[in-house]
Amino acid sequence: MIHFVLLISRQGKVRLTKWYSPYSQKERSKVIRELSSEILSRGPKLCNFVEWRGFKVVYKRYASLYFCICSDQDDNELETLSIIHHYVETLDRYFGSVCELDLIFNFHKAYFILDEILLAGEMQETSKRTTLRLIAAQEELLEAAKEEASSLSSIIAQATK
Amino acid sequence: MDPILNPFSSGTRLRDMIRAIRACKTAAEERAAIRKECAAIRTSINENDPDYRHRNLAKLMFIHMLGYPTHFGQMECLKCIASPGFPEKRIGYLGLMLLLDERQEVLMLVTNSLKQDLNHMNQYIVGLALCALGNICSAEMARDLAPEVERLLQFRDPNIRKKAALCSIRIIKKVPDLAENFVKPATALLKEKHHGVLITAVQLCADLCKVSREALEHIRKKCTEGLVRTLKDLANSSYSPEYDVSGITDPFLHIRLLKLLRLLGEGDADASDSMNDILAQVGTKTESNKVAANAILYECVQTIMSIEGNGGLRVLAIGILGKFLSNRDNNIRYVALNMLMKAVTADPQAVLRYRATILECVKDADASIRKRALELVYVLVNESNVKPLTTELVSYLETCDQDFKGDLTAKICSIVSKFSPEKIWYIDQMIKVLLEAGSFVKDEVWRALIVVISNASELHGYAVRALYKAFQKSNEQEAFTRVAIWCIGEYGDLLINNVGMLDLEDRITVTESDAVDLIEITIQCHALDFTTKAMALVALLKLSSRFPSCSERIREIIVKYKGNFVLELQQRSIEFNSIIARHQNIRSMLVERMPVLDEATFIGRQAGSLPDAGSISAGSSVSLPNGVAKPADSLVDLLDLNSNDAPAPSSSGGDFLQDLLGVDLSPAAQSGANQTSKSGTDALLDLLSVGSVSGPVESPSAQSNSSAIDILSASKSEKASVSPLDDLSSLSLSSRTTSITGAAPMMDLLDGFASTPPKSENNGTVYPSITAFESSSLQLTFNFSKQPGNSQTTNIQATFINLSSDEYTDFIFQAAVPKFLQLQLDPASGSTLPANGNGSITQNFRVTNSQNGKKSLVMRIRITYKINGKEKLEEGQISNFPRDL
Repeated sequence: MIHFVLLISRQGKVRLTKWYSPYSQKERSKVIRELSSEILSRGPKLCNFVEWRGFKVVYKRYASLYFCICSDQDDNELETLSIIHHYVETLDRYFGSVCELDLIFNFHKAYFILDEILLAGEMQETSKRTTLRLIAAQEELLEAAKEEASSLSSIIAQATK
Repeated sequence: MDPILNPFSSGTRLRDMIRAIRACKTAAEERAAIRKECAAIRTSINENDPDYRHRNLAKLMFIHMLGYPTHFGQMECLKCIASPGFPEKRIGYLGLMLLLDERQEVLMLVTNSLKQDLNHMNQYIVGLALCALGNICSAEMARDLAPEVERLLQFRDPNIRKKAALCSIRIIKKVPDLAENFVKPATALLKEKHHGVLITAVQLCADLCKVSREALEHIRKKCTEGLVRTLKDLANSSYSPEYDVSGITDPFLHIRLLKLLRLLGEGDADASDSMNDILAQVGTKTESNKVAANAILYECVQTIMSIEGNGGLRVLAIGILGKFLSNRDNNIRYVALNMLMKAVTADPQAVLRYRATILECVKDADASIRKRALELVYVLVNESNVKPLTTELVSYLETCDQDFKGDLTAKICSIVSKFSPEKIWYIDQMIKVLLEAGSFVKDEVWRALIVVISNASELHGYAVRALYKAFQKSNEQEAFTRVAIWCIGEYGDLLINNVGMLDLEDRITVTESDAVDLIEITIQCHALDFTTKAMALVALLKLSSRFPSCSERIREIIVKYKGNFVLELQQRSIEFNSIIARHQNIRSMLVERMPVLDEATFIGRQAGSLPDAGSISAGSSVSLPNGVAKPADSLVDLLDLNSNDAPAPSSSGGDFLQDLLGVDLSPAAQSGANQTSKSGTDALLDLLSVGSVSGPVESPSAQSNSSAIDILSASKSEKASVSPLDDLSSLSLSSRTTSITGAAPMMDLLDGFASTPPKSENNGTVYPSITAFESSSLQLTFNFSKQPGNSQTTNIQATFINLSSDEYTDFIFQAAVPKFLQLQLDPASGSTLPANGNGSITQNFRVTNSQNGKKSLVMRIRITYKINGKEKLEEGQISNFPRDL
């Protein structure tokens, strides 16, 4: 099972955190501090696994971002690595060659996509197409709600003229 | 609109806020910007404006991610979730997952909203609720909402079914009792074609198997075949772009299926049998250099290793791992090492074939790989391969990073002490390790080395020479220095005379002054801590007796420390100086070679079980010649060898000194070896404080006797005056209770006689004898006489009478006195004491009282003997000496 997912920039800034196991807010910031210093200090050619507090943290760097997933000791590290890649590819398709700025300004979208891939610390959907279709469907709902709201306000505006 | 100019407006868009924060150049600026933003959000929250709720929450999440407190936004999450629209709900649930964790009370408030949303018309809202539930639900929520989730497992849309399946995993993890409700719907989902549903169903089944034995049995019986077929179809499926990952269809599903099969196959031969074919197929046909393919192979190997044995498959699996191990990709090598660790228990021989490769991995540049490899080597070591493996590891110790040395050293030490085939090899390896990485060696490890050397009497010479040779080259490692100094002090004579040369040794010529030089150089080294220096002082003291010709020079070295600012060293210096200068006669006995340290005791200590101290005292004090105390226990304490739990080296060193001090002034200050060193000090302090006669005597070691002493000391004043009769009355003292009453009338009778104080009576030349000590089995009487012309010195003749019906053998009497006294014991008249008072042992000794006239004599005694070979110990304190002695 995956315990948490972290996205950390090369400067150590947190870009996304997702917790599937209970960690108090204090523990969370401690975990982030510990891991980011450990992972950011590792050289480029080393393996992508770090043993940490009896868990395994699998990380991979894409451009300026480190994607980290902490999972159980006996989980398949190579699969976790593939999950990271799967998530990155999905983001890439959604944003169209994703970059760090996309994830900063649209951090909530990065969360929504992650929520379609992982749930309860397990893999939920292995098809990128399905994931993106579900995201698109929900965005349509948003648009519809927005239109409704604006048409409503225009009606109100007209009525109050 | 500028948010900074108008803090009361929530009008800044999320995008603008992020931009503003990113524009901050310093941390202080960022804090200020966020403070302003938070103030604006709070105001907006207080105004309860639903239009901006959505935006506020999004901003709060960003602020939260930067690590600022956002607890004030928690209620906003709940409000958003409770609002009817999809956009609000979506952001509300996201906030709920991010800003809250399952331990917060607020979470309970959301249960009702979740329940409503799980029953919502809109399937996306149901999806949101399931997602939140799956990620953060607590046990209470799990109980409340389990029926809804169970129902959703049959929802028309597959995307809801898959979410419900994963939600169920969380629920059964939180409340395992609920597992049985989920078994049927879960197994039904296994038949689905939709990959999302299938993979989640497989995971749910795996978790059901983990929490419930019945579920495992059920799924094993009903689903094994179907799962094998599903995996076969998947492995043989043609290219499908939707699920393809570098040429393999849905590796995630592959892996989850293999994982579930592993659970089903474990401990069940039939189930294992039915999956053999497909495992062989996956193991042989999956061929690629991509991560996904290797992930499947890795999972497949793990399953093969876990299910019930099939020789052919195991060979295949080990072969795959071998290939992994030679891969250039660090990740692949890492997982190979990880897997080999599990394979060791199943087939150690097969793993041993890769020994060379694994040893290479220990030297890898990557810390994660090194760690794995080292752990693997550690479990691979056995008696037959310990030598080559250790040689490799020790040679690597020279080159490895500092970070890794600690781990490596600990493992080498553990391997060496566990599997060493012979002591000489152990000593050699430990010396190498200490030289290379002494600072990483734990204290008990170098102490263990001393214990081993001490126990290998035939290797004493070899060890001290080997240490000496190595020590000449390097003295940078403190732990090594300590061992070397200890050995040179103990076995210095063997070093000089090349005693006990082994064939493999080269002859070395070391003169006495070379050895002293070496220690002198060491003790002058500023980098060493004072424990080492204190050990060096002890070594010098020992050498002063081993090498009488260097004695004067050693004294000079020792004297330099008498002004040292470390009290411990200062004290040692002064005392050792006095031993060398003034107590030549006892010095050689004092610094005799230490008795063999008890290996079993030490190991027992290490294991945390304290052996009863009696055994130690038996080990170290049995063979003591009468009247000579060997500071064995105290030295052991000095090294802290048998007190992992007890005082720090420094303080135990202090105890040793105090003991030694007792020795210096009076032999035999073994104040109860069964006391901890600390109470040893107490005893001495006691001794010192009771210098002023009578007063209640408290001595932990003499509880059985103290009552007798109390009686004696309480009646002391009268006694002194009735002294001439003491010889008589002491006869009746054999039974304590009657003694006083019996004596009392006589005292009365004689009161008239002895009305004048004895002091004036006969100028101190005649003193009454006293019964110094008495127990049910033993009586000790002291007779006093003064040396003419020396008022300070008293000659005392001690007479021991055996009151029991058994003969005492190996009878030893020891005594200790406080600082203001000096004691010299002569040899006893014998060591066998016949039964029933048919004879006695006498022993003469002299006490010199430097405070004659001001303080009376006081003495602590200890008597050991054997009855039919059984050790007996009696202790007591004597404070009923006549005054003015």
